[in-house]
Amino acid sequence: MSVVTVQLGQCGNQIGPELFSTVYEDSTGAGRKTYQESSRERFFWETSDGVLVARSVLVDMEPKVISQAVAKASKSGKWRYGEKAHFCQKQGSGNNWANGYCVHGPRHKESVEDLVRREVERCDRLAGIFAMMSVAGGTGSGVGTFVTQCLRDMYPQAFILNHLTWPYGTGEVIVQNYNSVLTLSRLYQLSDALVVHENDTVHKICSRLMNIKHISIGDINKVIAHQLGSVLQPAYTGDSPSNYSRNPIGELLSSLVCHPEYKLLSLCNIPQMSHTSLAYSAYTWPGLLKHLRQMLIANARMEEGIDWKVCVPSSRGDSVRTGQMGFNRSLANLMILRGKDVSSADAGAFKDPALYVPWLPPDGTFSLWNSPVPFNGYEKSASLVSNSQSLLKPLDNMVRKAWNMFVSRAYMHQYTKFGISEDDFLDSFTTLEQIISSYSHL
Amino acid sequence: RTQSLIRFGQCGNQVGCRFWDLALREHAHVNKKGIYDEALSSFFQNAVLVDMEEGVLSEVLQGPLRQLFSTTQLISDVSGSGNNWAVGHHSYGSVYREQIVDQVRRAAEQCDCLQCFFIIHSMGGGTGSGLGTRVLKLLEDEFPEVCRLVTAVYPSAEDDVITSPYNSVLAMRELTEHADCVLPIENQSLVDIVSKIQHMAHTGKPGSVIKKDSTIISGQGGVAKTEKPFDAMNNIVANLLLNITSSARFEGSLNMDLNEIAMNLVPFPRLHYLVSSLTPLYTLADVNIPTRRLDQMFTDAFSKDHQLMRADPKHNLYLACALMLRGNVQLSDLRRNIERLRPTLSFVQWNTEGWKTGLCSVPPVGHTHSLLALANNTCVKPSFMELRERFVRLYRKKAHLHHYLGVDGMDVSGFSEALSSLTGLIDQYSQLDSTNTAPSQDPPRLNIAC
Repeated sequence: MSVVTVQLGQCGNQIGPELFSTVYEDSTGAGRKTYQESSRERFFWETSDGVLVARSVLVDMEPKVISQAVAKASKSGKWRYGEKAHFCQKQGSGNNWANGYCVHGPRHKESVEDLVRREVERCDRLAGIFAMMSVAGGTGSGVGTFVTQCLRDMYPQAFILNHLTWPYGTGEVIVQNYNSVLTLSRLYQLSDALVVHENDTVHKICSRLMNIKHISIGDINKVIAHQLGSVLQPAYTGDSPSNYSRNPIGELLSSLVCHPEYKLLSLCNIPQMSHTSLAYSAYTWPGLLKHLRQMLIANARMEEGIDWKVCVPSSRGDSVRTGQMGFNRSLANLMILRGKDVSSADAGAFKDPALYVPWLPPDGTFSLWNSPVPFNGYEKSASLVSNSQSLLKPLDNMVRKAWNMFVSRAYMHQYTKFGISEDDFLDSFTTLEQIISSYSHL
Repeated sequence: RTQSLIRFGQCGNQVGCRFWDLALREHAHVNKKGIYDEALSSFFQNAVLVDMEEGVLSEVLQGPLRQLFSTTQLISDVSGSGNNWAVGHHSYGSVYREQIVDQVRRAAEQCDCLQCFFIIHSMGGGTGSGLGTRVLKLLEDEFPEVCRLVTAVYPSAEDDVITSPYNSVLAMRELTEHADCVLPIENQSLVDIVSKIQHMAHTGKPGSVIKKDSTIISGQGGVAKTEKPFDAMNNIVANLLLNITSSARFEGSLNMDLNEIAMNLVPFPRLHYLVSSLTPLYTLADVNIPTRRLDQMFTDAFSKDHQLMRADPKHNLYLACALMLRGNVQLSDLRRNIERLRPTLSFVQWNTEGWKTGLCSVPPVGHTHSLLALANNTCVKPSFMELRERFVRLYRKKAHLHHYLGVDGMDVSGFSEALSSLTGLIDQYSQLDSTNTAPSQDPPRLNIAC
């Protein structure tokens, strides 16, 4: 079963190639035939000359990033992008969501749909569509939202997963919070789930865990690709315990998204370290799982600075109180373990009903996948995809800042001139306040 | 993706020449095989040069850059505008309107995708200021969707043109209403930067030798062989334009193009005056001296000595700020310095994280890295108030007014409206400044039924 990736805007077209490289290297280096075949079928198709081509559509409103992505892949000699798999324009979206959504999106709808259709039809079976974008800019966010809408119309039954990169809280695009609010409010309806990475979190992983002195965007993207790869590479699942699952996205969604009101998924992966340290580290499954559990309940997104004082409340008391104690309540968790002796790992501590909301049936809250194949050079690797309160604070900050700006009506003229009105903004704010409220009251 | 460069008057055309000279130098540095690469060619096809007297334009046609332009790109007349905005705007404006629009349209048609008009002129004279702003209006009418970015050189208080306050204020009204972004430059700031560099170069202190070609005033390595007066100052402005367009011409991990600058830095339509600073001003030649710390470059960008107009953004209120980093600098350097400097700056309450950032891999010639900062900041207010003062001093006495009112199309209301436009702009800045003193509290959030 294959995944069709749609890379949108600068961010999507920078992370995308890293993801393909990661899964390629991982499956090639693993030396396990079934794993390799399964991974390759999922992400690539093969030409008659044996060249691997990524199952990907690249979309951007300016040409430079796509050119770089395509050139770099070709130069690697290992895999490449399809010759006609990209669509770009010349002038960019100017970091303006309204320009992306109202102007570029509709203008290029047919071209983009044709490209996606071609990739989807090339798959024997479609596991799902994986759209990658940032929420801060204009193309990824605006065109990306429009494209997601088109894909939903084209493939109402298909699984659509959106990967979203959230910007640095200290600001990288001034109107980032507006663009984010407009994106999230609409995607929530259109997408099956939103998998989120925050630049702030990934940056800390790079600096504190991986000891990178001068962190580049490439470094950030490699970490994101590593974490995504750890989820999307082949694994044995509940539904498919002895063969690599052929329905990874479907299973992910049914494990985690039990209710349409709750679609925000966060991701953490341990251990994460520089390559030079890899050789000298030895981890045990109990150790890794203990850390991962505490990271979950204390909402630590990386394996450092974990607050071990936070504990699971014994009574399923009021959520306000537990919230103040720093406890992160979950709706559902999916754990993916890869590597040596994986079958010996005991994930029982994650099944504790006290971790979860009381109104969900306890056997629907925790799922476990695994694979005996070590992932991306790590002898043991544990990932947790969570539907929990962990993104609540960053989301709330985003909405708060966007609201402050909106109250002063700053930058409104830039959006209204392309067709997004103040009422559209209000609708978006309403949707997001609803989501914030839902997650707050877990 | 292309920009069209339209240069008006003596100042505009001289700066423009420096721009192309330095642009050629920059691309030659990167593209060893030839200098006329694709990225650069997009600029040259699309230039329109306008002057109402012949001196400067003839120099262009006879100068070392002559092969780059065809005579059709130049529009000129003979006698100049006599430093009279009304002559430039109304008289020549009407006469040359068609020709200029045709030429611009022709240039625009050659573009795959016209992204932006760069307009360069001084404010104090007659042609640049008058005709330049007339064409600005025409561009808005004919090409409403194309961004109009104006680099406007404001006169210093000691300017030798007596009527420069009239010309500047009359032009400013047009800029406020019809430009998308204005980068005001003050000659005095350029003079100060030039003398600072020359002083540094001549102190003879050990370890203070400046690396050849590396100053932002240097034209060495360019096509023009001889240095002319004002070249040093004009090179600074040319470097500004090079830095703004670097992301469009070279690759980088975080592109920042002109449309994004116009979007992020203009929160309200009329408040589009952006103060620019360029660092470093030079690179030291002695490789044994450790290169000035990267962080120092960021600190300098916010110092009033590096601004291209006399303004002190650090001690006023930021509405928005863009940072374009070039060269061998990484994301973490950018983030670290933003976090470091942020507490020392005041940002308006509704934009406390108002940063727009860009990273371009290719540095300017002679540097390993550089930083361009564009600030939308209330620090422009004092300069505008001073300009208003100078205008009022002349206007009150009706000095030289008859030269203007005698021009067909110009009447007194033009003056009063221009004055009230400037006053209104100053008031808007004052209002924002007043919000800085009030304690900031977040406005109440939207209430939804649970």
